[in-house]
Order: sequence, then structure tokens, then C-alpha cells
Amino acid sequence: MTHNQETDTAAMNMSTSQFIEDQVTGSSRQLNEMKTRVTARDVNVFYGAKQALFDVSVNVPDKSVIAFIGPSGCGKSTFLRCLNRMNDTIEGCRVEGEIRLDGQDVYDPKIDVVELRARVGMVFQKPNPFPKSIFENVAYGPKIHGLASNKTDLEEIVVTSLKKASLFEEVKDRLHEPGTGLSGGQQQRLCIARAIAVSPEVILMDEPCSALDPIATAKIEELIDELRANFTIAIVTHSMQQAARVSQRTAFFHLGVLVEEGPTEQIFTAPSDKRTQDYVTGRFG
Amino acid sequence: MTDTFSKTTDVPQETEARLERIRTGLAKRHAREKRFRLYGVLAIAAALAFVAILFAMILSKGLPAFQQASLSLPVTFSEELIEVDPKPVREAGQSAADFQAASLRWQRDVTLINWNRVLENAVRTIAPDVEIETRDLQSIIDNGERFKLRDAFVADPSILGRAIQMDVLASADVDNWLKGNINRDLPDAQQQLSADARALADRLYEEGHIRMAFAWHIFTNTDSRSAPASAGLAGAFMGSLYMMLVVIVLAVPIGVASAIYLEEFAPKNRLTDLIEVNINNLAAVPSIVFGLLGAAVFINYFRLPLSAPIVGGLVLTLMTLPTIIIATRSALRAVPPSLRQAALGLGASKTQTVFHHVLPVTYPGILTATIIGVAQALGETAPLLLIGMNAFVAAVPGSPFEQSTALPVQIFLWQGNENRNFFEARTSAAIIVLLALMISLNAIAIFLRSRLERRR
Ligand SMILES: Nc1ncnc2c1ncn2[C@@H]1O[C@H](COP(=O)(O)OP(=O)(O)O)[C@@H](O)[C@H]1O
Ligand SMILES: [Mg+2]
Repeated sequence: MTHNQETDTAAMNMSTSQFIEDQVTGSSRQLNEMKTRVTARDVNVFYGAKQALFDVSVNVPDKSVIAFIGPSGCGKSTFLRCLNRMNDTIEGCRVEGEIRLDGQDVYDPKIDVVELRARVGMVFQKPNPFPKSIFENVAYGPKIHGLASNKTDLEEIVVTSLKKASLFEEVKDRLHEPGTGLSGGQQQRLCIARAIAVSPEVILMDEPCSALDPIATAKIEELIDELRANFTIAIVTHSMQQAARVSQRTAFFHLGVLVEEGPTEQIFTAPSDKRTQDYVTGRFG
Repeated sequence: MTDTFSKTTDVPQETEARLERIRTGLAKRHAREKRFRLYGVLAIAAALAFVAILFAMILSKGLPAFQQASLSLPVTFSEELIEVDPKPVREAGQSAADFQAASLRWQRDVTLINWNRVLENAVRTIAPDVEIETRDLQSIIDNGERFKLRDAFVADPSILGRAIQMDVLASADVDNWLKGNINRDLPDAQQQLSADARALADRLYEEGHIRMAFAWHIFTNTDSRSAPASAGLAGAFMGSLYMMLVVIVLAVPIGVASAIYLEEFAPKNRLTDLIEVNINNLAAVPSIVFGLLGAAVFINYFRLPLSAPIVGGLVLTLMTLPTIIIATRSALRAVPPSLRQAALGLGASKTQTVFHHVLPVTYPGILTATIIGVAQALGETAPLLLIGMNAFVAAVPGSPFEQSTALPVQIFLWQGNENRNFFEARTSAAIIVLLALMISLNAIAIFLRSRLERRR
């Protein structure tokens, strides 16, 4: 079944990339040959008696960025939290359906959430560094998961993670000062560095730029584009421009339903659903 | 730009009218704000005034108690009065038990010496011309001071036959008389000292044989009924210290652990709701009820010793637990959820999240709660009365299992002492000691708190 789905998506990608050939970038052409990292089938989420998501099915392709857009309250964050089971921490939240990471059922009772979250990292809307030093912020994940065998190893991980998050140059002289003393944009990049320090396969970002100014936002977007080479990224954004800039695929949610999912260019230029059309042209949202 | 700002007179008609309405309301609003601030200032001033009055009263009453009339006497350890065998030394072949028995026998003999007579002679040498009866003369010296002579002799028997300058406490009555706590015009029948004793005290004071000296013994002696002038707080202080130790050792870990479990791990259901309600109610239970509970459970059922700091500490632990649990829980609740999410999102387990991230930021709050709880326990009297800690104990407790009293209970006991005009000052002095202890506890809390907060 999974196999079928993959070929379907591939076929769809083919047709759309022909449709908007002039806009297709090299990266999204590559997409066609890529395998799927995360698959969600008929996901329903309830908060108590209230249903927040209805039969959501989506594939997240490997080493690319997928953006979740939609009006606020439509369930983007809820869906994102399903992927690393952060919903488990919410009282009264219940998830139905099937979510697979590399074919492995994420909601299998045998799965250890600690292990899952080491594989699926998360960056939150508001930068939330620990009230500790910059070094300790990044080192914490590798430490608890036992990824570094000694101190030099750990330092190496911290430095490369900070470099990958393009923060190292700005903080190299004050690694032992508190992470909370950085600017908002730097804090968010610190959170990204902290997430990638455990080398997750997938990184979830829930509106990572909504608390940042335009310059910091541009930096993060640039960073996301670089990270795509090594990580699979799912990003929630309320800015359609951002989705268009950073993502290869886009999924549009409305009232808990996944209305449409496809290559970003297609969603923005030739959506097949009326609601998507209305949303991307700014008729509601 | 500047043009439009300077031309304020050109404001359109309707804007002017609207501004006028705002301005009329504005005056009222400002007046209200001023009035409210005034109330606030008055309230603070009243509170400060009451605190100032309280402190002034306690200090003015209690500070004189730290200065106490003391006699400087040339004490002659004369051979006529001190008739005892030489201090035993351990002979070759004598068993340890035999030697100890001999020592004790000798010490008893020393105690039975008429030390009062030695003291009397000393007073008579500095006032040779005074004619006064022995009883009256002895009434100017504190009853317990003869043991000071005995102890000096036991420590060094070679002083036999020599005269040594010693400081002994004047009696509580002399202290009162010299400090003017007693109306000097009262007739003899209403005076505590006889006319001769009063005259002698006045004379010795004028001649400088009696001085007001700092009363160190308040800190080193235990309570005393037969020798009120030498009564001190050492026993009560140690009792309070032991109880505080018990409270800190038991209430802090149990309280903090319960709070962490209830707040972070416990499922939210009927049972935990019930527990929460009960904890909140326990915080409001009158402390004397805890005393009853302690008497019934710890003394009657577990057969722990009566009047012991261990029981007092356990009772105060029960009383302090709700305070610590509630304060710790609210400190935990105040931790922003984003911190927990950050840790959980990285794959930290629940326990790691709590102990690595949540708990460290709540340390200042928990610390403050602990100190407030302990300080509250330290000042508690009522429950201690019910477990027998108001007993008269004339010894410093060597462990939490020995009989003892506590500072607030000592204050209560002295307040009720029949020697009113001496113990009134003593009571205030004890209050000063208790307050000083509380203030230093709070100072420690503030210091630790600011240090912990700076580290973050
Ligand atoms: N913790 C929660 N408890 C109850 N309802 C929630 C909770 N979080 C979200 N919801 C509800 O679920 C729906 C989707 O929310 P969310 O996923 O946060 O939307 P989005 O991120 O797209 O703005 C909303 O109607 C919201 O009210
Ligand atoms: Mg959201």
C-alpha cells in the first residue's frame, strides 16, 4: 500500500512539474526520485470531545521542505505535533490513524517516545532556549542521548551544530554565556542548533519566524534552505510568501481537513480546490 | 511637520468639543488616582508605625535585661569553712570504677560545704561596718552562684586558703531594685528586699562593687526557678534548633517530593483532586489541632518521649508540610510550558525534564517557601504545649530525644512567671533573641535567593 502511494505521488509530481516547467527548480525536480520519509494515513485528532483533524493523509518526502499553511485554528500545529507525539503531553488529546516514520508506526505502543523525539526534532513558535549557557543548550540533547563519547566529541558536536545553524560566528566568543541573552533571531537559531545536535531525521518547525523581525526571518529561511540538504523539514507557517520561498511541497489545511497537497508552485499558481484558490489569493485567512 | 504641531489653535470645532469632554473626565480621573495613592501611603505608614511601636516596645523592655547587676567579690576559700579531704588522685592498682566512685564521693562532699557562708564572708570583707542579718545579706546574691564557687574549687583545689576576685550575679530582686523597676517609696511590707538588704545593695552599687555587666548567661544558662537571675535560654534555644533540624530534614524533602509528584506526574483524577483539596485545607487547620494529633499519635501510639524536640519537630513537620507543598506547586506551575516543551521536544524523559530544567528554575521559590515554613514553625507555641514541651527543664538537651523546651514556649513560661517585674524584661529579651533568629533566617533566604537568581 505504501508502495502504491509512492508511485501515485511520483506520477502526480511528473504532471505538475510539466505544467509549471519554467518555475521548477532543480531541487524540486530531484524530488521525484526521492523516497517518502513520513506517511500519515487517515489521521483524526480529538481534544476531548472536539475533533481538530479529520482524516488527514499526507506524505513527507525525504530531504525536502514541506509547508503546512492555512487559516489559524485549522489544525496545522496539531498535525505537526502528531509527528513527534508531542500531543501525548496534552491532557485529553487523542490521535487516531496511522503515522509512519520510515515505515515504522509512530503510535505503536512498543515505540519509545524518547527515541522517536531523538529522530524527529522540533522548533517552536517562540524561541525557547534553556536558561543555561549557549554551549549547554546545544550539548543537552547529545548528552541525554549519550551521543558523545567524551568531552572533545561533545565540543565537536556543539560547534558543528552551531555552524550548521549559522550561529557559530556570532557566538563563538561567548559560548558560556546564557542563551537567553541572545537576540530573538539568534535564540531561534540556537534552538535549531539544539535540535540538529541530536542529528534527527526530521525537523518540525511550528511558525519558527512568527516572533522575529524580517531580517532575522530572512536568516532563518536561508538556514532552512541549507538544512534541506541533510534533513527532512516540515514547517508550519502563516505566511504564504514564506511557504513559497522555503518549501518544495505545500499542504493547505482548512477547518481540520487537509484540502490540498502538492508541489508548492502548483498550490500557489494552479490550485485544484476552490478553497485553496481563495486562501492563496487572500480572499480569507 | 512642525507647522501642524504649533498650530494647536486650529483644531477643528468637533475635535475641540470632544477634547473638552475628555478633559472634564480627566480631572476626576486624576483626583481618583491621587486619592488612591494617598490611601496606599496611609496604609503603609500605619503598618510601619505599628511595626515601629512593636519593636520600640520590645527593645526598650528587653534590652535592659541584657545588662544585669553583678557583684565583684574577693572570695576567700578559707580552710575553716572548706573542710574536705584532698581531691582523690588515681592510685596505682585502683580500678577505674573505684576511682570514679571516690571522685563522686569527694564532689558530693564539696557540694555540701556551706558555700553561702563563703559568699557571706566575702561580702562582709568589702562592707565590714555593715550590720546585717545573714538571711538579708544572702538575699542580695543569686541563689545559684554558690555553685560557681564549688565549680571553681573542684576545677582547682589548690585555691584553698587563697582569696580570689570573682564575679557573681546579684539576685533578681537587687537587679530590680537598682534598675528602678520597683517603686522605692513602697513600704517595707511591699518590698521584696528588707530595708537592710536594700541599703547594702545601694551602698555596694555606689562603691562600684556591684556593676551592670553584659548578661552572657542568658545565652549559656538554662531556665532556673530557684535562681531567677541566672535563668537563660540555652535549653530552649537548643530545643528550637533540634526541632528546626527535624522540620528541615523531614518537611523539605517530603514536601518538595509530594509537590513534584502531584504537579508533574500524578494523573489528574478524582483522587488527586481530593488530595489537593485536603492539602489546601490542612494549611488552614489551627496549629493546636496538630498538637492534639501529635500527642495522640507520636506519644500515645508510638510511645515517643514526652517533651522531646523529636516529637515537637514531627508535629511542626505536619504543620509545615502543606505550606511547603502549596508553595512548591505554585512555583512549579509558574514555570513556562515552553521550557517543558523544549526539553520534551529534544527527547528528554519526563523525569529528566523535571529534574534538569523545571526544578532548577524553581529553586528560589522552593527555598523561600521552605524558610517561611520553617520560620513559622519556629515561632509556633500552641501545639508544643500539648506535647509537654512547656515542662520546666533545667538542662540543655543533648539530643532531640531528651526533654527540652523551645524559645516561644520559654517566652510563654517566663511571661507567666510569678516574679513579674524581673521576668517582664527577660520575656522581652527572649523575644529579641527569637526575632533575631527569624531575621537571620530570612536574611539567609534572601541571600541564597539572590545568589540562585543571579546564577540563572
Ligand atoms: N491543547 C488544546 N486543547 C484543546 N483544543 C485545542 C488545543 N490545541 C488546539 N486546540 C484546538 O484545535 C484546533 C486546531 O488548533 P491548532 O492545531 O493549534 O491550529 P493552528 O496551529 O492551525 O492555528 C483549534 O480549534 C484549537 O482550538
Ligand atoms: Mg499553531
